[in-house]
Amino acid sequence: MKKNWPLWEVFIRSKNGLSHKHVGSLHAADAEMAIENARDVYTRRNEGISIWVVESDHITASSPNQNDALFDPANDKVYRHPTFYNLPDEVKYI
Amino acid sequence: MKHSQNSEKELLFEYLLRLGDNALIMGHRLSEWCGHGPILEQDIALTNIALDLVGQSRSWLTYAGEVEGKGRSEDDLAYLRDAWDFRNVLLVEQQNGDWAVTIVRQFLFDVFNYYLHKELLYSKDKQIAAIAEKSLKEITYHLRYSSEWMIRLGDGTEVSRQKMQDALQLLWTYHGELLKADDVDATLARLGIGADLSKIKPHYDKKVEEILAAATLSKPAEEWMQKGGKQGQHSEHLGYILTELQFLQRAYPNATW
Repeated sequence: MKKNWPLWEVFIRSKNGLSHKHVGSLHAADAEMAIENARDVYTRRNEGISIWVVESDHITASSPNQNDALFDPANDKVYRHPTFYNLPDEVKYI
Repeated sequence: MKHSQNSEKELLFEYLLRLGDNALIMGHRLSEWCGHGPILEQDIALTNIALDLVGQSRSWLTYAGEVEGKGRSEDDLAYLRDAWDFRNVLLVEQQNGDWAVTIVRQFLFDVFNYYLHKELLYSKDKQIAAIAEKSLKEITYHLRYSSEWMIRLGDGTEVSRQKMQDALQLLWTYHGELLKADDVDATLARLGIGADLSKIKPHYDKKVEEILAAATLSKPAEEWMQKGGKQGQHSEHLGYILTELQFLQRAYPNATW
């Protein structure tokens, strides 16, 4: 028998129109209990209107060893930021 | 039975004490779990419910003090009455025991509290209706919470099922008092101010049967029921609860934050 309840990651939507944000994790025996626990642990002070939970095991994370390969190449590509471009004065409403 | 204006006010005061004291003592019992829950998340869950109930008791006791008209505040009523002046049912003062006992006690109370507050929404007393409306959302969650634990542990392992069945056996005789009307209940129901307990009973029985069935637990056969709490006759437990609950105001009168 597993002694500990599995770990769940909790995502809360603070209001309509915003996306769910990761707020933390908790232990629960199943999804139903995870939602209730999340309600009690993470929405006590009016933080949210919607909760997602996902078992931590089901999350695939990038490996810190690969950070160089994954993220460094974006460092020298300033032209990917809109602020890189000078806009002609005639262009309005941007 | 006729009541003068004055005694109608006294009956209402009694009735409000019952509502307030049930919430206060149940809330205090749950607060005893704070820091002792079997797992962090459940510790917080019970503490939340405790806070809900203590909050509800504040509304009821504040109103009770106003109705009484002797200038007593919620704090006076909570901290400066002795055990025989408390009007909570015996169920809520029973000891926490293990998790199974706490959950069964909560469930037997929540089912009642839920249907009671649904009835109180229609009270002719606007203040009662308003407090009931505010509290009902919280109580709806309490009932969902305790029902799910009933099912989870009843329909769990052999050990958990046995513990739940034992807890049910231990507490069963305390649920009768919730649904048995005395003069105070009957008169206020007739006046359209209090809830008609005979209307609540069928809902209560049905809900309990439904959850027990889902939890694979059997309803205890015992029909004899404990009573007395509503009239101020309490088990020894209430004295110990008050000793702790009221310690600060007794030792340091008028202490404030």
